[in-house]
Amino acid sequence: MKLVYFAWVRERIGRAEEETEAPDDVATVGDLVGWLRKRGPEYESAFATGAVVRAAIDRRHVKPDAAIAGAREIAFFPPMTGG
Amino acid sequence: MAVRLQREPFDLGAEVARLTEGRSDTGAVVTFSGLCRDRADSGARLVSLTLEHYPGMAEEELSRIEAEARSRWPIVDALVLHRYGRILPGEPIVLVVTLSPHRAAAFEAAQFLMDYLKTSAPFWKSEETDEGEAWVASKSTDDAAADRWRS
Repeated sequence: MKLVYFAWVRERIGRAEEETEAPDDVATVGDLVGWLRKRGPEYESAFATGAVVRAAIDRRHVKPDAAIAGAREIAFFPPMTGG
Repeated sequence: MAVRLQREPFDLGAEVARLTEGRSDTGAVVTFSGLCRDRADSGARLVSLTLEHYPGMAEEELSRIEAEARSRWPIVDALVLHRYGRILPGEPIVLVVTLSPHRAAAFEAAQFLMDYLKTSAPFWKSEETDEGEAWVASKSTDDAAADRWRS
């Protein structure tokens, strides 16, 4: 699946997107965040406890308990500040 | 009904004229436009704003918000226009226009569209000041404004 990042999440991770395959026991968005955090300090910094990061699956907002099975694109970004 | 994303500034008068031309079912037009202030949230003088967005999802989310407004109020047409890229103080950022037979629906739908857009449309502002660049933090007052439509 494709992961895409925006705003300070993108800056902290150091890239705008990447292709990845998570292990089978990574079932939800929350699991995915936990797995990503162990990949390196840039992910740890982006998803650190206390940093509020929102997620979308295939361009729809989701909560951390959302299942990622079948997802083509998962996005992570800060709370929105448009308008 | 339309949503539009563009880099360029917009002309409020021209957008309203386009929406109302040839219509005789509309008794009320409400417009809201958000402009770029010359002060950052920190109080520092703002040089520019840069709006980042999630291409694809931004359009889809604005369309979902607009569909929700249409299901709640008898609006005959609406426009949600949001800019992205670099924006200078005094320039417009966002435009919401609602048309309805009577004013109450047009006022309420416009406020709803803005309140929801603020918290769920995937846009992020970065402020450039004399002190450097910084991402704008989200405001709890914006969450509260959106929440009151959920009851």
